[in-house]
Amino acid sequence: MKTGPGQQTIIVIGNGMVGYKFCEKLVKKTKSFNLIVFGEEPRRAYDRVHLSEYFNGKTADDLSLSAENWYEENSITLYLSDPVQEINLAEKKVHSRNGISLNYDYLVLATGSGAFVPNIPGIEKEGVFVYRTIEDLEMMKAHAAKSKNGAVMGGGLLGLEAAKALLDLGIQETHVVEFAPRLMPRQIDSAGSNLLQTKLKELGLNVHLNKNTSEIAGGHKIESLKFNDETELKIDMLVISAGIRPRDELAKLAGLQTGTRGGIMVNEKMQTSNEFVYAIGECALYDNMIYGLVAPGYEMAEVALNQILAGEKAFYGFDMSTKLKLIGVDVASFGDNFITEPDCRTIVFEDTHKGVYKRINISNDGKYLLGGILIGDADAYNMLLQTVNNKLVLPPNPEDLILGARGGEASEGAGVMSLPDTALICSCEAVLKSAICDAVNLEGVTSVDGIKKCTKAGTGCGGCVPLIKDLVVGTMKENGVYIKNVICEHFDYSRQELLDLIKLHKIKTYDHALDLLGRGDGCEVCKPAVASILSGAWNDLIIKQDTIQDSNDRFLANIQKGGTYSVVPRIAGGEISPDALIVIGQVAKKYNLYTKITGGQRIDLFGAHLNDLPDIWEELMDAGMESGHAYGKSLRTVKSCVGSTWCRFGVHDSVSFAIQIENRYKGIRSPHKLKSGVSGCVRECAEAQAKDFGIIATEKGWNLYVCGNGGSKPQHAQLLASDIDSETCIKYLDRFLMFYIKTADPLTRTATWLNKMDGGMSYLKNVIINDSLGIAQQLEEEIQHLMSTYHCEWSEVVNDPQLRKKFTHFVNAPEEKDPTVAFEPLRDQVRAKEW
Amino acid sequence: METEVSTIINWFLACATNDVPENGGACVKYRDEQIAIFNFSRRKEWYATQNLCPHKQQMVLSRGMIGSTGDAMEPKVACPFHKKTFSLITGECLNAEECAIKTYPVKVQDGRVYIGVE
Repeated sequence: MKTGPGQQTIIVIGNGMVGYKFCEKLVKKTKSFNLIVFGEEPRRAYDRVHLSEYFNGKTADDLSLSAENWYEENSITLYLSDPVQEINLAEKKVHSRNGISLNYDYLVLATGSGAFVPNIPGIEKEGVFVYRTIEDLEMMKAHAAKSKNGAVMGGGLLGLEAAKALLDLGIQETHVVEFAPRLMPRQIDSAGSNLLQTKLKELGLNVHLNKNTSEIAGGHKIESLKFNDETELKIDMLVISAGIRPRDELAKLAGLQTGTRGGIMVNEKMQTSNEFVYAIGECALYDNMIYGLVAPGYEMAEVALNQILAGEKAFYGFDMSTKLKLIGVDVASFGDNFITEPDCRTIVFEDTHKGVYKRINISNDGKYLLGGILIGDADAYNMLLQTVNNKLVLPPNPEDLILGARGGEASEGAGVMSLPDTALICSCEAVLKSAICDAVNLEGVTSVDGIKKCTKAGTGCGGCVPLIKDLVVGTMKENGVYIKNVICEHFDYSRQELLDLIKLHKIKTYDHALDLLGRGDGCEVCKPAVASILSGAWNDLIIKQDTIQDSNDRFLANIQKGGTYSVVPRIAGGEISPDALIVIGQVAKKYNLYTKITGGQRIDLFGAHLNDLPDIWEELMDAGMESGHAYGKSLRTVKSCVGSTWCRFGVHDSVSFAIQIENRYKGIRSPHKLKSGVSGCVRECAEAQAKDFGIIATEKGWNLYVCGNGGSKPQHAQLLASDIDSETCIKYLDRFLMFYIKTADPLTRTATWLNKMDGGMSYLKNVIINDSLGIAQQLEEEIQHLMSTYHCEWSEVVNDPQLRKKFTHFVNAPEEKDPTVAFEPLRDQVRAKEW
Repeated sequence: METEVSTIINWFLACATNDVPENGGACVKYRDEQIAIFNFSRRKEWYATQNLCPHKQQMVLSRGMIGSTGDAMEPKVACPFHKKTFSLITGECLNAEECAIKTYPVKVQDGRVYIGVE
């Protein structure tokens, strides 16, 4: 053996799916080891999960997991048909049947399992098979050619797979014999078993439950099964599938610790009782459990590998949810499938006409899905499993999960997209949702096959393939899904959904959003809506994507009659120094602007040419002023009365609080404009109750009112909390504003938003004050992000010659102003000419 | 976008391609006229129309948002004042009874944008 200096040797015993996966993962990480594999079977590792497809025309080569030269290419030494027969732990050495003796630094046992064969008289007769390897299948195939009646002993998952194999082999009469009172006792309940039995019977499979086989009768060949209840079943072929037995004999012989009922004992690092020997897959016994599925085996391979490479990954059990198609019947179980009342609430749907049985177990508070069983129709499996694993909060009518939403509002597909980025889609290969979406977005993958190649997702048990398909389709948005409240013809989502998706996919530009989630070229409705969402999510400089903004946001000023713009510097709380007033006056005179005090206690300068805007702002900023965001759908102004600093009635300092609040939320983009006010006493001179959020001083603190507005349909704000201190007031405001930003439809003021809200003010109170949705902390963090990324947009423009260039009327004559702009005199100032 | 219009006598060099923002518009001066040019980069198409919105006689169409509508994906521009929309191909008003706006053929060569004028 040619090992380089210092090169360590890993020997893998067993070349099944898990052993192969270990090698695959190792060589992908590092080629620094000398890797040697011993396999008992004569062929390279193959896909045992899809073994029955061997009878559907797939060849042994099709089932093979690797290309013929894969081991060679990766410098792995592979010994086939040569099982290791002895391990010497003290010398760290293995001896194979063919006489090869090798030293190892690390030994990995991936010996898998064999069929458990019960000790029944007659078990040795001709015509009795196990269902485990391609060799087993070849022998079954040869025998089946001359058989008419066959039976499978064992009605579990593998037994039913084997029964399918018998049907595929053309056995005329096929039986399943099960000791337990129901089929698939580890996955489904008796109601599900009854339904499955009926379905299987229709498909030509006879099921016998509660049958304890006492003898396999016949001469040299099998002729019948005899049962304890004195009945008999005439057959000429029997497949034993009564469970698996871990292949631990080699380990036992070497003196490694094994379980009383079989299995090589391992810790969470997959180490056996000898620290240099690991065991993975179906031969490993972790926490008194054998994991007889491929996904946990792969996870174990990953852990063992990581440990050998001095990592810290550990194994802590594995989700044993399964979905499979048995002879054309979907059967699935997930999460805590057998939990019963009073530990949960159970919703059951049974349709014996169509042969569908569904059961879901939900938590007693109705919030979470715990597990369930699906038979006959398991389309919802992946989504339900994700709902369990990601602890997604259930909709108000959880029965919709298995019945579908009734009332014509199907929202299939949207569910997949709403999964968190970190949702584990393929548990065999540990592929996250983000990896699949990335493959579609970044690599241009458009099919499930492409995803398999690119990410390996779906190449293990294949159970996640439908979910991958939904994700690909959903991501590509090729087929539009009808969802109410859509933004416009280009996006089939509500604003709230779009915001979630944009965050999920980390979308930063309108074009990316349109490509990924929309269709067509966009329009004047979705562009500013998406722009607002992007601001709410990332708070990037809006002028970077100027052509998706409404004109006001594109030019950071309010377009007015005649095509000129108005300029509003921020005057927080309405407080302004004489010096600032003088500068505003000087600027207004210099650029011939009309000035007026606004309804929100600020000063508006009207009639500015597009070309003059950067110069005007430069002068204002030199005097310490900043953008007032009058052009944006964002916080305008927090109006205040003079409060306790001057007023003889004032209770608290309303001006200082107004300034604090205005500066806290300035610049944050929202579905519509936001106005606020703070009054220093109950006389309410700031008209706080007519604002989106208003604060009124009381003897004990502040009263906080929300969701009021003036405008065409005036509405008083409603009391959210009373007598709270400034800190609490700000905390509630943080939550309230972010909740509004995230959930309101485009161009919906807070009053309308509340009017449309199910449960109205009491619901809102619960969310904001009692944190009934459990999102308060998240809301606070999100708004904190927006506040900490605040920038004065005008200072960015003024200091950037490229951005300044955008403020020209004629691109081919940048110095020239729009000659059609015209003013008329008005009192001592000017006004725009009438249209 | 080159349209076969036999009456064109003259291609006027309006501006450089990078003078017009992607998926947006800009205004150019041609004699005493104001022409809005649109760089529909998403579709790799260019359009030009009059800059005046006929609704309230404002010189602002070049500052409007562009997009498309319907199964035929008719390209359009929305006036920033009151969101009246006009087809960029025919100039027809798509959502109100306003009169149509004038459209111009556009061609792009070597990074330069030319507008066909009569």
